[in-house]
Amino acid sequence: MATTLTINGEPKSFDAPADMPLLWVLRDVLGMTGTKFGCGIAQCGACTVHIDGKAVRSCMLPVGAVRDRAVTTIEGVGASPVGAKVQKAWLELEVVQCGYCQSGQIMAAAALLAATPNPDDSDIDAAMAGNICRCGTYVRIRAAVKQAASQRQS
Amino acid sequence: MTIAERNFELVSRRALLTGGLAGGFLLAFHLPAGALPVNEPVQPPDDTAGKFAPNAFIRIDDSGRTTLVMPQVEMGQGVYTSISMILAEELDADFSRVALEHAPPSDKLYGNPLFGIQATGNSNSIRAWWPHLRKAGALSRAMLVQAAAKQWQVDPASCTTANSEVMHRDSGRKLSYGALALAASNEVPPKDVPLKDPKDFGLIGKPLKRLDTPDKVNGKAVYGIDAIMPNLKFATLKACPVFGGKVAKVDDSAAKKIPGVQKIVVLDDFVAVVGDHMWAAKKGLDALVIDWDEGPNAHLNSNDIWRDLRAASEKDGAVAKSVGDIAKGLATGERLDAAYELPFLAHATMEPINATVHVTADLCEIWTGTQVMTRVQSEAAKAAGLPVEKVIVNNHLLGGGFGRKLEADMAVAAVRIAKQVDGPVKVVWTREEDIQHDVYRPVYRDTIAATLANGKIVGWKYRVSGSSIMARWFPAGFQNGVDIDGVDSAIDMPYDIPNFHVEFVRAEPSAVPTGFWRGVGPNNNVFAIESFMDELAKKAGKDPVDFRRGMLGKNPRLLAALNLAAEKSGWGQPLPDRVGRGVSVQPSFASFIATVVEAEIDEFGEVKLRRVTCAVDTGIAVNPDTVVAQLEGGLIFGLTAALYGEVTIDKGRVQQSNFNDYRMLRIDQAPIIEVHVIKSGEAPGGIGETGVTAGPPALRNAIFAATGVALRRLPIDRSLLAGKRS
Repeated sequence: MATTLTINGEPKSFDAPADMPLLWVLRDVLGMTGTKFGCGIAQCGACTVHIDGKAVRSCMLPVGAVRDRAVTTIEGVGASPVGAKVQKAWLELEVVQCGYCQSGQIMAAAALLAATPNPDDSDIDAAMAGNICRCGTYVRIRAAVKQAASQRQS
Repeated sequence: MTIAERNFELVSRRALLTGGLAGGFLLAFHLPAGALPVNEPVQPPDDTAGKFAPNAFIRIDDSGRTTLVMPQVEMGQGVYTSISMILAEELDADFSRVALEHAPPSDKLYGNPLFGIQATGNSNSIRAWWPHLRKAGALSRAMLVQAAAKQWQVDPASCTTANSEVMHRDSGRKLSYGALALAASNEVPPKDVPLKDPKDFGLIGKPLKRLDTPDKVNGKAVYGIDAIMPNLKFATLKACPVFGGKVAKVDDSAAKKIPGVQKIVVLDDFVAVVGDHMWAAKKGLDALVIDWDEGPNAHLNSNDIWRDLRAASEKDGAVAKSVGDIAKGLATGERLDAAYELPFLAHATMEPINATVHVTADLCEIWTGTQVMTRVQSEAAKAAGLPVEKVIVNNHLLGGGFGRKLEADMAVAAVRIAKQVDGPVKVVWTREEDIQHDVYRPVYRDTIAATLANGKIVGWKYRVSGSSIMARWFPAGFQNGVDIDGVDSAIDMPYDIPNFHVEFVRAEPSAVPTGFWRGVGPNNNVFAIESFMDELAKKAGKDPVDFRRGMLGKNPRLLAALNLAAEKSGWGQPLPDRVGRGVSVQPSFASFIATVVEAEIDEFGEVKLRRVTCAVDTGIAVNPDTVVAQLEGGLIFGLTAALYGEVTIDKGRVQQSNFNDYRMLRIDQAPIIEVHVIKSGEAPGGIGETGVTAGPPALRNAIFAATGVALRRLPIDRSLLAGKRS
């Protein structure tokens, strides 16, 4: 089935069954591998993307349910001021270790800051607890979210 | 970038190097028996034409582009940056302009000097390579200086180097390394070369930004699972849920009807579905009706495994170390006995197990992320039925390793599938398959008897019972009944004990495959030793920190770490009800670490981590920020296991399957962590696994302090803690 989605502001057309999770469309059909497979059951957050700016687990989102809503992935999140701030803070505080979960962490953090520009610790807990990091970078993730929040919009 | 362009980039990154090492210093490494013959190329040679290529690690072209080839793999531990810092330090290279390459498989060129094979593990990358890479950098620098001095007709001793330039002190003339690259290629390296005095280090010891992280925040980093190439197919697999079981019969009629399913591959021990994408492969796999021959393990369960291990642990073991007179020691003073038990654990790397393979009649090419490049190559060669030199391994970043990727099984499985597929195929395991067919951290049982006199330990008899991973993985590490990893941190305990005896009992769990898990042998031994230390302190009527201090007189580095951690954690200061502090110390991996965990235990037995304070003397900290990060992350990794980690077996099957029932610590449960790095001029120690071993005993001791409950098993059993307070 030919489908067109707007991904990172650009139209992308492809053939995929409507029940296919967006994750596999991104990775295996479109070759956009920045979005990661972690668990397949929306338990780890590695596959987090934005649908109309909200953080969504793409591993359980059928591509047919996206319709005309805007998809943003890690490859495109830096185009928004809030996404760029998060990426910058992540590097400044050297959050990343293996990095495999960090696409999802950054997408979750960017969605949090877009909705809640000055999150407190409980806001961070609520928004980020769905994202597992096996390297255990949580201390720095928390600090980087706060640092990104403290930067003026560029 | 299109898929085709991406493929080109991946292929062009293919292992590049076979150039020999200048000065032959690599030959000084102890190569294992059976290493590849010298000069036998294992990969197409890299193109060193027009480049200064003095050894296997450094390439400088005439534009000055400096490429450093990484003998160890990057799995989050920051080693690409640390190794680059060591090379660039002695080379005096402009660190802002270095580029990195993954090394190809070659034990000869890139064998870990401490293992003899190309492996990344045991927190030893920096320890293993420190002297060798410094020398590689210094020799290369000397050749560049010689080339410049010749051009200027001056004494090389009158030249200095900095930022990829040679300078002549008196005349002020300068030549860049790029301009010197060709001339330096013709220079003979000096026989010997002085290394820098650590006080002159410009890079080492500075908290530099990691080189691998910018592409990890924008989606560009390529892990093994991200390999893409034209005509790529996707596959996922299912092994018999019962260990050792076989495929009996497969009905694939429904699976074949699923759009995108291309092929069903039925092998004796697993079934795979190949499709146009992972979704087709997964749906196809789910639609298969598979009858399994469950074999002899169909009734195996955890209770049987524990019964067998407990029985084995009651017998005498092979003696790993014995000092003084243990019989006399145990007959002196007050005696305490205990046994500690640790469960099976899965690795659960965030990047699920995968390998991409293309098999043709005379070549097998693999794209993956592995801790054991040459082992993947040789095992894949066997599976493909090809000579080793016909197997190309392209290594990538690892989305976590934790010891899981010290195995080659994922590559072998992918080769067996790829042999039946026309074109390349990416084999990705589901998380369920990853958890249920791991190579597990073994179950361990540690029995300890110790005696106390005048507030000190006079006799210590310690017996480790569990799997010998070395016997399978590296047989030279299992000799005379002792697994050198299994007793690591037990035979070299930090305390001054006059009568001291350590045994190892090899007790392999029935049917369950076991392997290395981050923290390796010490994650068992440090837990048992440091837990028992608190029980002994209580029996002696002493504060746990003071009790340890009294026996660390011969270990000043660890004593200093303990004192610093005690001070920074506020040890001894009052705490609220139901809150306790626990301490652990360890000399493991040649780093000296003291850790204090502060935890609160509620009336239902739930444990809340409040704060962790860690003091570390790891010798020269090559990149101090990486040392801090590895401890922060390692502590979370170990505390996760202490709080939640257990793989259990019933009816021959692993009962856990994904993150819903194999639980991970999340950000809302993470404590505040403070790491204090002690300045040191000693040689660098290991750091990647140290936090993993440090966290669990310190938490267990915090619970002991808060509740009075002496836990002797992990994970923490909350039912034992409910309603308890000290």
